[in-house]
This record gives sequence, C-alpha cells and structure tokens, in this order.
Amino acid sequence: MQLPYITLLGKAVRKIALLRGGGSALPGLFIETIDPAFTKRTLGQLPQGVVIISGTNGKTTTTKMTVELLESQGLKVFTNRTGSNFTRGVAAALLAEVDNKGNLKADIAVLELDEAHAVQFIKTIPPRYSLLLNVMRDQLDRFGEIDTTAKLLAKIAASTTETVVLNREDPRVANIAALLGNQTVTYFGLSPKLISLFPSDDDMHSKSAASSRSPLPADVILSDLNDTMAKFTLGDHNVSTTLELKGIYNVYNAAAALALARTIVGSGVDEAKLIDALAHVTPAFGRGETLTVDGLPLEIVLVKNPSGFRLSLSSFKPDDYHTMIAINDNYADGRDMSWLWDVDFASLRKTGVSTVSGVRAYDMTLRLQYDEVTTSYVDTALSASLQHFITSGSGKPKRIFCTYTAMLALRRELAKITDVETIS
Amino acid sequence: MNDKQITILQLYPHDMNIYGDWGNVLVLKRRLEWHGYIAKLVEYNPGDSFPEDVDLIVGGGGQDSGQDTIQKDLLSIGTKLHDYAKNDTPMLMICGLYQLFGKFFKAQDGHIIEGIGLLDIETHAGPERLIGNITTTSDQFGEIIGYENHSGQTFLGKDVEPLGHVIKGAGNNGQDNTEGARYHNVIGTYLHGSLLPKNPDIADFLIEKAVIKKYGDFVPTVIDDRFAKQARAITLKRPR
Repeated sequence: MQLPYITLLGKAVRKIALLRGGGSALPGLFIETIDPAFTKRTLGQLPQGVVIISGTNGKTTTTKMTVELLESQGLKVFTNRTGSNFTRGVAAALLAEVDNKGNLKADIAVLELDEAHAVQFIKTIPPRYSLLLNVMRDQLDRFGEIDTTAKLLAKIAASTTETVVLNREDPRVANIAALLGNQTVTYFGLSPKLISLFPSDDDMHSKSAASSRSPLPADVILSDLNDTMAKFTLGDHNVSTTLELKGIYNVYNAAAALALARTIVGSGVDEAKLIDALAHVTPAFGRGETLTVDGLPLEIVLVKNPSGFRLSLSSFKPDDYHTMIAINDNYADGRDMSWLWDVDFASLRKTGVSTVSGVRAYDMTLRLQYDEVTTSYVDTALSASLQHFITSGSGKPKRIFCTYTAMLALRRELAKITDVETIS
Repeated sequence: MNDKQITILQLYPHDMNIYGDWGNVLVLKRRLEWHGYIAKLVEYNPGDSFPEDVDLIVGGGGQDSGQDTIQKDLLSIGTKLHDYAKNDTPMLMICGLYQLFGKFFKAQDGHIIEGIGLLDIETHAGPERLIGNITTTSDQFGEIIGYENHSGQTFLGKDVEPLGHVIKGAGNNGQDNTEGARYHNVIGTYLHGSLLPKNPDIADFLIEKAVIKKYGDFVPTVIDDRFAKQARAITLKRPR
C-alpha cells in the first residue's frame, strides 16, 4: 500500500476509535502494525528534533509547560498531549496531527514518556534533548526498585544527542551526569531555603535530610515562592512572576521547563514572552486542575506515589475544604497498596475526610484510621461516592485526591454536571 | 491508659524501609495505645549504640544498595539479637531483613552475603522477581494477606517453621508452598502491603508476647477492625 493511503487509513481508524469512545491504543497499534517506520519517519522530519521528558513525578505538567514556553518563542510544537505516555500513544497522537500525505507541520516534538517506554522509544528515534525530573518510589511492582528506575533514566540521557537537563536536587538524577560522554549537561535546582520542602524517599525516615549536597551550577533555580509569586534565578539574574499553577511541586516543574526551554531556544530567547507564557500556564488535567461545581471550585489532584501524595498534602491545605480520596489498584495505578503507609495523613486530622472511594477504598480508610483521621463515608463505587461528596459538601470548596484510573473515571462523571476539558 | 510502657525498636529505618515498612511500626504503636499501653519508638541505624530494654523489634525491606549498607553493622549486633530472640522477645522481619536474619544470601554471581543466622533459612538469588498479591494460611492466624516483591528464593531449615502455606502467590521460593519463617517469637516474612494493618491478629500476637514478657499478663481491649476486615475481603478478590 502506498504511504498516503496508509496515513488516510490510520486517520480513519483513529476517528472510528474516537467515536466509539476509545483511547489512543487502537489507532496507534494499527499504524505501528501496517507501517512500522511511521513514527521514526514522521518525527525524523522535524528541524529541531525530539525532546523527551521523563521521571517519576511531574511529566505531564512539565511537558505542558515546556510546550507553551516554546510556543511563546514562535516554535510550532508537536506533543502527546493526551497523557498517553507510551510509544503507541505517540504514534496515535502523530496520526491526528499529520496531513494526509504524512507530513507533520512542526519545528520540534516534546514528548512525555514514562521511564520504561522511553527506553523503548529511544531505539526508534534518539532525542536531541532530554529532561529528567526525578526518581521516586512508584510502581515498584513494575520496576522492582528505584535504583533500577534510575538506570532507565541514565539510558535516556546516554541516547541524547545534544543536551541533557537534570534535576540537581535529586541525587539519583544528578549522578547521571557522571555517566555521560559528549552530551552537554545543564541543571535546574532549588535555593537552600526551599530544599527542605522536597523530602526525597531517602530523607523520609532520616533526620539528616538534604544536608551535605555540593551545589552544582544550575541554569535555573527556583529561589523563593509564596501563595501568589515565584522567584527564579535564570542564569545570572532574577525574575519574579505570578503563576496560575498551584502546589510547590508544580512550581518546581516550572523551573525544569524554563531550563529546558532556555536550552532549546538558546541565546535568542525572548525572556519577557517566556515569563509571560509561564505566568499563564494552567495545570494539566487532573494535576491540580480546578473545575466549577455548584458555583464553587472542585480541585482534582492526581496522587500516585508516596512523595507525590506527601507533596500534595503539604501544598494544598485542607482547612475549609471538603476532602475526598479515591484509590484504585488497576495496573496503571500500581497493585501494591504499601505506598499509602509511607504517606503521613495527620494534616487531615482536624478536618477529617468526607468521602473515601475507589477499588481500595477500605485500604485507604484503614490507613486513615491508623493516623486517627475520621472518614464520614466509604464506598468503593466512584459514581455514588462522588454524588455523596458533592451533596454533603454544599457551600464548601472541594478537593479530590485520586489515583490515575480513579481520576479518569471521576472526570467522566464530573463531565455530566460541569465543564470538563475533553482529553482524547 | 495505664503507665505500662512497651519499647519498639525499628531496625535500620533509614536504609530498610522501602515497602511501607513504617505501616507495621505505626500499627504496633497505635494498637498498643488502643490497648491502653504507652508505646515508645526507638531507632537503630548503622553505627548507633544498641538501645537497652527493648520489648519488640521490627525491621523492613531495602534496595540492594540499602542491604549492602547495613549488612556489616547487622553482623556486629547479631549476638545481641540472638539473645533477645532466645529470651522470646517478639520480632517481625520483612523481606530484606528476613533474608539477612537467615544464614546467607547467595547472589546471582555466586558470591555469598553472610546473614546473622538467627533464622535457620538460606536464600538464593532467583531468575525472576516474584511479584504480586499473595494469600497464605496458618493454623494460628488464618488467612494472611499481603503483597510480595522479591527476587531471592528462601529455603527453610529444620529449626524454623513456616509462617504460612501459600494459597495464592509464590511465597518463600515458589516451589515448596511455604511462606515466611518462625523461631521462638520471631516472625520473618516476604509479605508487605503493609503486613500488620490488614493482619491485625499478627499485630496483636506480637503485642501480647511483648506485654506478657514484660508485665506477666495482657488484657486486650476490643479494637474496631471492620475497615481491616473489608480491606481484606476486597484484597482477596484482586488479581495477582
């Protein structure tokens, strides 16, 4: 079959899959099967190459920010915006963007890939730039242990053809620099004042947190932040900006995205436009995303591992809020519930938790019981729980902490009663 | 609450804490409090002086790098731990420390990592990680529910009893149907999840042994375990 027909057929499969309410896997599988070189050929056209963003936490938000920062500099960017962070998802996203002749009108691709899929993806096309965010305990049932995950990130870095951007404050990520050859390495980091806000898994039960790290020179440093403003050091000077993003960890992701964008654009960067774009970035879906229900905010906060849950609890204060927690244990969430025991829930003791739901609702309620946090309502069924949560909390702003598959299901339910951005 | 105090020693919490091991300590602490006792937590990390008057000892799992860090230090306190075990001090050792409480761990390349030999077990690096939900059964504790994630295959000697027999999952080695090991009041096991929250009978067994050893008798209160019961019922229905 000739190429244009394959592309047309692939696009048709995608349309049908969308109509049936399906995800990106089927059209991706289709195109990979009949045209195995599709992804390599299509991304290979891009004048500024491919960027891979990987790490345990913050991939989706950082990718979204990077895309918007690069667009502020006049670049046309392709990205896998759907959160389908696997090779087949990239193929599906490409299908949607190429014209009928298979051409992609973009200057650069910025791709979010999880560690294991990224290692596969780099065999298809090596990235020109990579950004490695962090290595945290997550899905140990998939990866075995975090040192293994760190090795996967090192492979991504080693395959990068130009520049690797690393988190200076995560020793497992920063140490990757020592393993590299010809690549340029640049760092993003935190001021000493803020480091204690980011306990790593190693620091979790350790009193000597973050003491003896030697400061490597970083291109971008998050130097200070409060509820409305963030201060960054960019190279040799400081900038302050307001942000629409909430949560300390999201703001640190902004430092990562700034470092990456500065690296890609180089000396011609228009800093005013860059910072203006940063100020207006909104959270990615489910990552502190705010919906409106009965005229009041309802926030959706994705939690998927101990460090992420801990940071979320310290970033989003529970006072005056109606709180729900939804924990699933499907493959994408991780089957092992041990991680809930590495999160301290004492900050919820005063307000209590209104509703606990998800397949593992009772594991979560049990966890809260041992931190002496009361739960008013427990039900494994998400839809009934959501209804109870909303009616019982009338007049209050609401917040739902949820695992990945619970988040997807809850967004579908919420779309029935309010505006929810469709993620196709 | 009375003024009776039980001291729980966490063994190597800085390096051996990877699978929610804090959950076991927290459950022991809270249940002691709910039963009316004062729970005091102490830590032992490499190079510390070993604390006196310990009533209950808990240790967890680590990454390979964590196990390397603590192994030598563990050998240096082996005699103390043997004495505590022979004097019936209850202990719970999960995964990595379960292995190192045994005689040795033989790595993939054949080199031997020496353990303290408190448990008559030996562990050999296996070809694949044994990962997933696991259910075992024991005469004393009924169904024991947890999650396993280990590449070592452990074989029991004659001086230990298994903690349970596997109903679903791999257990000690995926071959002989045993899971965990018991010696005096020491329990070693691969089960985390964490183990004690969903298996409160094992938590109360450890507490009872500690309290009786120190104070002669133990009068438990009734603890509301309905969330644990429901979490157990759901876990049993989940895929491996």
